[in-house]
Amino acid sequence: MTGTVELSIDRLTIRFGGLTAVEGMSFAVRQGEILSLIGPNGAGKTSAFNAITGYIRPAAGSLSYRGTPLNGLKPHEIAALGIVRTFQKTSVFAGLSVLDNVLIGMHLRSEQHPLAILAGARSVAREEAALVADAHATLRFIGLTTQAGRLASALPYGELRLLEVAIALAAKPRLLLLDEPVCGLNPTETQSFMALIGRIRALGTTVLVVEHDMKMVMGVSDRIVCLNQGRIIADGAPAEIRGNAEVVRAYLGTAWEAARS
Amino acid sequence: MKRLATLAGLAALASVPLWLSNLYLLHVLIMTGIFIIAAMSLNLLLGYTGQLSLGHVAFFGIGAYTSSLMSLGFTVHLLPDWPVSLEPKPVWLSMLGGVGMAALCGWVIGRVSFKVRGAYFVIVTVSFAEVVRLVALNWVELTQGPMALNNIPVLRLGIAGYELSFLRKPANYYLVLVVAALAYLLIRRLVNSRAGRAMIALRENEALAASVGIDVTRYLVLAALLSAGIAGAAGALYAHYVRIVDPEVFSFIYTVTMVIMVVTGGKGTLAGPLVGGLIFGLLPEGLRALGIAPEIQWVSYGVLMILIVNFLPAGIVPAVAGVWRGRAAAAVAEPLTANEQASA
Repeated sequence: MTGTVELSIDRLTIRFGGLTAVEGMSFAVRQGEILSLIGPNGAGKTSAFNAITGYIRPAAGSLSYRGTPLNGLKPHEIAALGIVRTFQKTSVFAGLSVLDNVLIGMHLRSEQHPLAILAGARSVAREEAALVADAHATLRFIGLTTQAGRLASALPYGELRLLEVAIALAAKPRLLLLDEPVCGLNPTETQSFMALIGRIRALGTTVLVVEHDMKMVMGVSDRIVCLNQGRIIADGAPAEIRGNAEVVRAYLGTAWEAARS
Repeated sequence: MKRLATLAGLAALASVPLWLSNLYLLHVLIMTGIFIIAAMSLNLLLGYTGQLSLGHVAFFGIGAYTSSLMSLGFTVHLLPDWPVSLEPKPVWLSMLGGVGMAALCGWVIGRVSFKVRGAYFVIVTVSFAEVVRLVALNWVELTQGPMALNNIPVLRLGIAGYELSFLRKPANYYLVLVVAALAYLLIRRLVNSRAGRAMIALRENEALAASVGIDVTRYLVLAALLSAGIAGAAGALYAHYVRIVDPEVFSFIYTVTMVIMVVTGGKGTLAGPLVGGLIFGLLPEGLRALGIAPEIQWVSYGVLMILIVNFLPAGIVPAVAGVWRGRAAAAVAEPLTANEQASA
């Protein structure tokens, strides 16, 4: 258990009306690690994501990022701290080109004031040129270079999921939250996505993943937190999780155990 | 190449008063130009942030009234024994005042409606326009109500001892052209920048925009402020050209006209309001010149609108651009087909 704590979640509780989606969840994400959040549908994984990134307000508990409390911050303020997420339901700027999608993702890395923009200041054109160059670099990193000019809505599904990650990466996150990134991808695409996560970690980015694809989870994670009915039932390295009786009962199932042995 | 085409277009427009001797037609062009400026401002909100301001005429009217009142001067009693008066100001300052007041109102509307989108934004803007219209109609001491503000002075600019007076139509035509070009330039700079991308991001996917750190409200407020200011400039031009302003300037039909210009031309494109504005500004006059009965004029106006919205839902400019791109792609593809035929 090395590394400093990047994100700490302390007794997080989320309620929707009378339904408690997450109850007393506590865990920490350490700097530089790849942490997966797993559990059956309705376990509260996406709700936890939404609470961390400011899209819903927790009923109780505290969230903090590198010592800064996140409670009460708006999504864009949380993004400004370096926490950037993707969405479970494929989410891009569909009516724009792939390049423009990435350029929007770079919003926080540009700083021209509206007055300078309206005045046509020279610094604006300089920054624009630098942004476009950077956006192409991001597309190269993701592997979408040839699609730069294409309309996002015209991309095949697999590339759409890559574009989502490209938009998030364009914001240069320190902590990247991926919500079921390989859901719907075929095994080859999943394989190359696993390699991509490795390259994202190499950039110095901490990654928190929610995923159902166990091959991917077991393959890329340093640590896994397993949720069931809003509570954490296990927290440990992939090997420990595999052997955890409660995890097997609640989520992995006996078929998984049988296949393994 | 693009810059050359723009300059050529501007030169062509600037040459119009030199060869067009019919002053009535010049008047039509001036009014069309004023409406195009208003339509461009609406396009900034409707086309780029995706929020329909169905009370946009309020900003136009506020610009017209503020500029007129500042140039005429007024005395009002805010309390029975507390008169407030303003001495007449130079027209150029009044026009800037009109722009500023409209922009301020746009800022307030943006702030007030920071959480409402879609239909709710429409309701806020429609209500605002109606409130402003009722104030103009009923605050007789300030606005003369239905008696209208008369004898509004024309713009005079003194440059190095030489006075430029915008009384005649050619001078007004150039004034409108310059303001329109300036508005176009400002909007183009904005939408091609990080600020414009933030507005488009709000239109396309607000949740995703927030996730990459875009303060969506801030850019909606900025768009509302600029859009209202430009609409106010159009209103100020109108007031000092027509020289009479009554509460009719707040009529809903003007907002509808602007929306039609933007939607048929192509919302979210720079050229859209220009094309739509030219068509729907000049069409009624063109039909009249052809000797078509007024009833038929309005019917054909409506038919054309329905046809455009049905067959070119994105508007004329995106449709033409699409055909252009398709041709370019076909031109690239053709040699390939020729090769294939040769090898076959």
